[in-house]
Amino acid sequence: MAAVTPILPGDTGEAPATAGPPGRAGRPARRRAWRGVVLIVAAVYFLVPMGASFWFTVHNERQGFSLSTYAEILTAQGFATSMLLSLALAATTIAVVLALTLPAMLAVRLGAPRLGPVLEVLCTLPLVVPPITFVTGISTVLRWGPEYLATTPFWATLIAIQNETFPVVLVMAYVVLGLPFVYRSLDAGLRAIDVRTLVEAARNLGASWPHVMFRVIVPNLRPAIASASFLTLALVLGEYTVAALLGYQTFPVWIVTISGANGRLSVAVSILSLLITWLLLLVLSGAGTKRKDSR
Amino acid sequence: MMVTLAGNTGGAGNTGGSGNAGGSGNAGDPGEPGHAAAADGGRPRARGRRARSGSWPAAVPLLAFTALAFGIPAVALVLGAFTVRDPQTRLSSFSAANLTESLQGAYLSTLLSSVQLSAVVALLGALLGTFLAQAVVTARFRALRETVLTASGVLANFGGVPLAFTWVATLGNSGVLTQALGLDAYGWSLYTFWGLALVYLYFSIPLMVLVMVPALDGLKAQWREAASNNGATAWQYWRHVGVPVLAPSLLGGTVLLFGGAFAAYATAKAMVGSTIPLVTLQIADALTGDVLIGHENIALALSLDMIVVAVLVMAVYLPLQRRSGRWLR
Repeated sequence: MAAVTPILPGDTGEAPATAGPPGRAGRPARRRAWRGVVLIVAAVYFLVPMGASFWFTVHNERQGFSLSTYAEILTAQGFATSMLLSLALAATTIAVVLALTLPAMLAVRLGAPRLGPVLEVLCTLPLVVPPITFVTGISTVLRWGPEYLATTPFWATLIAIQNETFPVVLVMAYVVLGLPFVYRSLDAGLRAIDVRTLVEAARNLGASWPHVMFRVIVPNLRPAIASASFLTLALVLGEYTVAALLGYQTFPVWIVTISGANGRLSVAVSILSLLITWLLLLVLSGAGTKRKDSR
Repeated sequence: MMVTLAGNTGGAGNTGGSGNAGGSGNAGDPGEPGHAAAADGGRPRARGRRARSGSWPAAVPLLAFTALAFGIPAVALVLGAFTVRDPQTRLSSFSAANLTESLQGAYLSTLLSSVQLSAVVALLGALLGTFLAQAVVTARFRALRETVLTASGVLANFGGVPLAFTWVATLGNSGVLTQALGLDAYGWSLYTFWGLALVYLYFSIPLMVLVMVPALDGLKAQWREAASNNGATAWQYWRHVGVPVLAPSLLGGTVLLFGGAFAAYATAKAMVGSTIPLVTLQIADALTGDVLIGHENIALALSLDMIVVAVLVMAVYLPLQRRSGRWLR
C-alpha cells in the first residue's frame, strides 16, 4: 500500500509533506486527527499567556477597557534612562564584538587555519558557562580592587569601568555572552563566500587592507553581520542576570524594580519588549530567507 | 538562540591547503603593499614561511579580550572557591571547605532541586517539542510550517523577565485566568516547582522544535516505504528506524533544554523571588551578602558546582552533535 517516492537529490525538505498521495487515505485521516490535537494544544499553551497578559494590562474592574497603562510607560520614572542605557550598551557591545570577531575569523580563513578550533571552543564556552557563574567571577574580580590593587594604577581603571552612567564592565560581559551568537552568524556568512579569492583578487588589483575590509568583505557579509548585530541587540536588551547582580539599572532590571509598585505597568512593558524582540527577530529571519533566495 | 549550535561545526578546516599563500598577509596591517600579493600569487613554493607567519595577529585582540574578560573572572572564581577567610584574623587560606559546604545540607538540596527542575523541563520539553515538530513536519500547509518555525525562533529566545511577568499576569495570584476560572479555590499556585516548570517549557518546547524539525526532515520517505513494504508496522518503523536515527538529535536537544533551564535565573527571580530553592537564586543571595561572615565564598563554590554540572552535560552534547550528522545529510 505504500507509495514509492522517487529519490531526488536535495529533496529532503518537502518529502514527508508531499509523500501522501490520495491512495493512502486510510492512515492520513487518523494521523491528521492526532496532528490537529497537538497543534491545538500547542496553540492554546503558547497564545493564551499572550492574550491573557494583554487583557491584564488593558482591563480593570473600575474603568473597564483602557489603554492608559501603555501611555503611562513613556512618562514612567526611570523608563527613559534605563532604556537609553540599554540601547547605548547594545550599540557599544555590537561595535566591539564585531571589531574583535571579524578580523579574527578572517585571519583563520586566510592564513591561520590552526586557530580555527581554538576560536570555536572559545566562542562556545560562554554557552556552557551559566551567566550567573560568570557574574560571580566578575564580581569577585571587582572585589579584588580594594584588597590587592588599591595602590596600583589598575585601581583607577577598575573604578572607571564601573561608572554608573556607562558601565564598561557590562559591555565586557555582554561581548563575552554575545560571542557564541556572533561567531555562528559570521561563520555561516563566511562559509557562503570565498574569502580567500575575494581578498586575493582585491589585493592583486591594488586595494589597501581597509579597502578590502570595508568595500569587499563587509558588503559580502552584510546579512551575516546584520544577524549577528540583531542577536546581540536582543541579548543586551533582555539581559537581566549580569546587570542586576552588578547593580546597574538597565531596562530589564528596571522592569523588575517597578513591578513591586505597579504590576500592570511591568506587564505592559514586558509585552512591549516582547513585541520589540519579536520584530527584531522577524526582520532577522526575513533577511536570512532573502539571502537564501538570492543564492 | 542556542539553535545556531545545532548546525554543523568545524568549517574552517583546511583553507590553508589551497597552496596559494599570496593573500595571507596580516588582516589588521594596512601597510602591506599590494604587489606583494600579486608577486606570490599561485606559487606553491612561496607558501611555507608566509603561511606560517600568516594572519594570526588579527586574532590577537579577540584572544586578549577573552583572556581578560572571561579568563580572569574564571580564574578568580576557581581560586575564590578554594579560599576560606578566617573572620577573626582576616587571613585567607587555601581549603576545600567551601566546596564541601556547598555539597551539604540546604545548599545541596538547592542544587538537587535545580537539577530536578531542569531534568523535568528537559524531558517534558523534549517529548512535547518532538511531537509538535513531527506535527509541523507532516503538515500539509507550508504556511503552517513557516509560522511555527518563525514563532519557535522567537519564543526560544523569549526568556528572562518579560516571560515571568507574562505568566504572572496569566496564572499568578491575581492573574486573568486564575481570577476567571477561580483556580485559587483549587489550591493553584504558579509559584511552585510545577508552576516554574510550566513557565520554563514556554521557551524549551520551541527550542526543541527548532532542533527536531531539521532532524525529522532528514528522515527519508523511502525508509518508511521500505519498512512498510517489508511489512513493518508504524511502531516497528519508529522503534527500529526512526528513533535510532533521531537519537543523537533527541539527546542533544534534551541536553540543550537541560542547560537552558539549569542556567535560568531572571525568570525564576522575577517570578518566585526565593520561595523555590534553586541554585541560581541561592548564588545570587550569597553574592549579595545573604550569608554568614566567613562564608562569603560559598557563592563561588556553588558556581563551581554549577559549572561542573553544565560541563558534564555539554560533554554529552558535543560528541552527539558530531554523530547526528551521519544519517541526516
